[in-house]
Amino acid sequence: MQDVMEYLIALFLIVSGVFGLVGSFGLLKLGDPMSRLHAPTKATTLGVGGVLIASMIHAIALEGKASFHELLITLFLFLTAPITANFIAKVHIHRNETPQSMPPAGEDRLWATHDVDKETA
Amino acid sequence: MRLLARAFPHPYLTVLLTLVWLLLVNRFSVNSLLFGFFLGLVIPRITSVYWPNRPTLSRPALIVQYVLIVLWDIVVANVVVAWLILFRRTRDLQPRWIAVPLELRKPEAITVLAGTITLTPGTLSADMSAEGHYLLVHCLHAPDPDAVRDEIKKRYERRLLEIFE
Repeated sequence: MQDVMEYLIALFLIVSGVFGLVGSFGLLKLGDPMSRLHAPTKATTLGVGGVLIASMIHAIALEGKASFHELLITLFLFLTAPITANFIAKVHIHRNETPQSMPPAGEDRLWATHDVDKETA
Repeated sequence: MRLLARAFPHPYLTVLLTLVWLLLVNRFSVNSLLFGFFLGLVIPRITSVYWPNRPTLSRPALIVQYVLIVLWDIVVANVVVAWLILFRRTRDLQPRWIAVPLELRKPEAITVLAGTITLTPGTLSADMSAEGHYLLVHCLHAPDPDAVRDEIKKRYERRLLEIFE
C-alpha cells in the first residue's frame, strides 16, 4: 500500500513537472505577446495542481494526517491567475493596439481600455 | 428574521470566512471553529459599507455543478494547450480576437465568466466593451471563431445566468 501511494505521488509530480515545463517552453516558442500569455495561464495551472495533489496524498498516506492548505492554494491560484492575465492583456491592448486593430465592440463602439480621455491617456 | 439579517448581513461570506480560517489552521478544533465564526461575523459587518448591492444567488445549488464542469475543462484545457505548444508550428496557429455579446449584467457574474474563460481551453478574457455589453476574448487557435463564441455562451454563460439572475 505504501509503495502504491509512493508511485502515485511520483506520477503526480512527474505530470506537474511536464506541464510546468511545457508552459515555460510555450512562453518562449509562441509568436506574439497575446499568444504567449496562453501558455503560463493554462499549462501552469495543472503544473501547480499536480504538486498540490501529490502533497495531499503524501500528507494523508505517509504522514497519516489530512492537510487542507493545498485546497486554499488552489482557491487563491484560481482567483489570482485570471486577474494577472487580464492585467497583462490590458497593458498589451493599451500600448500595442489601436481601436482600429481590434474587433468591433458593437453598439458600445470602444473597448474599455481605449475608452479614456486623450488627456489622461 | 430582521435580527438575523442584521447579525449576518452576508451569510455566504460568513460561511466562506469560517471555512477559510479552518483550512488555514489546518486542524479541526472547536477553538478554531469559534474563532473562524467570530471572524465571519465581524469582517462582513465592518466591510458592509463597501458592498451596498450584494449579489443574490437564485439557484446556489447549481454552483457545485458549475465548479465540477470548470475543473474538468481546466484539465482538458491544459492538455489541449500543451498539445498546441508542442506539436504545432507557431505559424500554423491562428490566434484571434473574439467579441462575446453578454447577456449577464451583474458585475459578479461577469467576473466569474471572465475568470472561467481565462482558465479554460485556448481562450483568455482580455477586456470589456465601454458599456459592458461585450467581452473581448483572445483565442490561441481558432479556425472557427463563431463556434468558440457559441460554446462560451452555451456552456458557461447559460449556467451563470441560471445561478445569478
